[in-house]
Amino acid sequence: MNAITTAVIDLKQLELFAQGDTQVHGRDARVKVLVTLFFILSVISYHRYEINGLLPFTLFPIIMVCRAELPIPYLARKMLLICPFILLIGAFNPLLDRSTLWQVGSIEISGGCISLLSLLLRSFLTIGAALILVATTGFTTICQALERLGMPEVFTVQLLFLHRYLFVLAEEAERASRARELRSCGSTGRGIGSFGSLTGHLLLRTWQRAERIHTTMLSRGFTGQFHGQRRERFSHADLTFLISWSVTFLLMRTMEPATLLGSFITGAFP
Amino acid sequence: MSDAIIRLENVSYRYPDGTAALTDCSLTINRNKRTAVLGANGAGKTTMFLHLNGILQPSSGRLFRDDIPFEYSRTGLRKLRSKVGMVFQNPDSQLFSASVQEDVSFGPMNLGLDTTTIRRRVAEALGAVAMAGLADKPVHNLSYGQKKRVCIAGVLAMEPEVIILDEPMAGLDAAMQEELTAVLERLHAGGITIVIATHDLDFAYGWADQALVMQSGGLLAHGTPEDILLRPEVGNALGTIPQIAEIIHSLSLLGIDLRGNGYLPRTRNELVAAIAAVTTREDTP
Repeated sequence: MNAITTAVIDLKQLELFAQGDTQVHGRDARVKVLVTLFFILSVISYHRYEINGLLPFTLFPIIMVCRAELPIPYLARKMLLICPFILLIGAFNPLLDRSTLWQVGSIEISGGCISLLSLLLRSFLTIGAALILVATTGFTTICQALERLGMPEVFTVQLLFLHRYLFVLAEEAERASRARELRSCGSTGRGIGSFGSLTGHLLLRTWQRAERIHTTMLSRGFTGQFHGQRRERFSHADLTFLISWSVTFLLMRTMEPATLLGSFITGAFP
Repeated sequence: MSDAIIRLENVSYRYPDGTAALTDCSLTINRNKRTAVLGANGAGKTTMFLHLNGILQPSSGRLFRDDIPFEYSRTGLRKLRSKVGMVFQNPDSQLFSASVQEDVSFGPMNLGLDTTTIRRRVAEALGAVAMAGLADKPVHNLSYGQKKRVCIAGVLAMEPEVIILDEPMAGLDAAMQEELTAVLERLHAGGITIVIATHDLDFAYGWADQALVMQSGGLLAHGTPEDILLRPEVGNALGTIPQIAEIIHSLSLLGIDLRGNGYLPRTRNELVAAIAAVTTREDTP
């Protein structure tokens, strides 16, 4: 199957997970958005060499994935996809920052390597949290939650259209790519001219298709507002979820449980 | 209440690029009837359909639903679109949600209905098109025929009085066409007015109660299919006449006069039965 098709199906699969019926799925979307936001802020607030402090934060995605019954291999695959991009961003760290920060036996580990590792860990954590949010809430409901949290409607509608346009773009790109491959007779170099023309056509085709989709949406009563599948009611359980996770993140950030645990172990077994 | 559920009165429409798609078009769609809209490509069928649903507003002229002029306010359009549903030719243009259930619930959610009512309507609509078992299935895994049925369910869930289908049989194999015809029959039996744009003259001849033939953005002819589809000017506009009608005409030249004997077959089965009946009668001494 074409790689683009696979990517589209995978994206749609993420939306399908949001139709689950676990406790996590049932939580108010605003609460999930806020908790994810606190999590991301806590994770990115560490300095560039931090590793130990980040480790306890892996508890959040693990607990959420287990409680929401999300497929781990699927999420792992999605997270691995971003690896090349992160490596590209952090590739020069080991070269530019050669000061020794850790020493394991005779092996010296430079600050650049540690910062690259920290970057990888933080990226996995934050992107994992975002994926879990979408997989347990659905993009439409997330946008509604953002709107109810104060984001102007015009932005949320733009976000939703952008999200839907991605599918249209990917499907049209797949068709264009297949048509090109079928007539390229196995050759790969078709020149920038051909590529430019293909991109132009792709833009026009997606535009026309997006207009057709918009027309069908209008014909089914769309008036500029998206409606989610769930009707949100803020409950005590939602409040508990919000407070417990927020306090946990705050404690993890300020008290550094990994260091405490290390001190405890070294204290108990000197 | 009059027979006319939707009426166009001298409607003209010009696209922004200057193309005149409808010119002084007046026509009537009757309540609880199966209406076939015929015409060559570019005759104005789709543009006319987009007016029936309020997607396009006429440059001049007026449209009426139940003898009340269309209201193009936000509330008016929402009400109109809940009563006049439209199924587009390409299901991939209509289906954009991840799952069947989510897509079918899009229309009812836009109507601001409560969750219980939405769930009931979605279940009923999927049941009506025999897709209840596939409610949780991803849309991209459906066959073309199934997608068409989901599109119809998406409109049915809004509980419309009129369903407009643009080329519903396009791209479907014979078995799928038969299935879709059965779905349409059930909907019609349930009191829904059905309007179909089609190039399939044989289907229109056998299925429709009323036919509207469009040419150059206006109405060329209207009436029952057996009355109007044999007219020379209609034949010229459409490029052909229904095969059944052609066979009846050929048989009459061979001395087998089905019409003269009171038979007006419109489908293949009716034709075979009529020929059998007439030839048996002629053979009987």
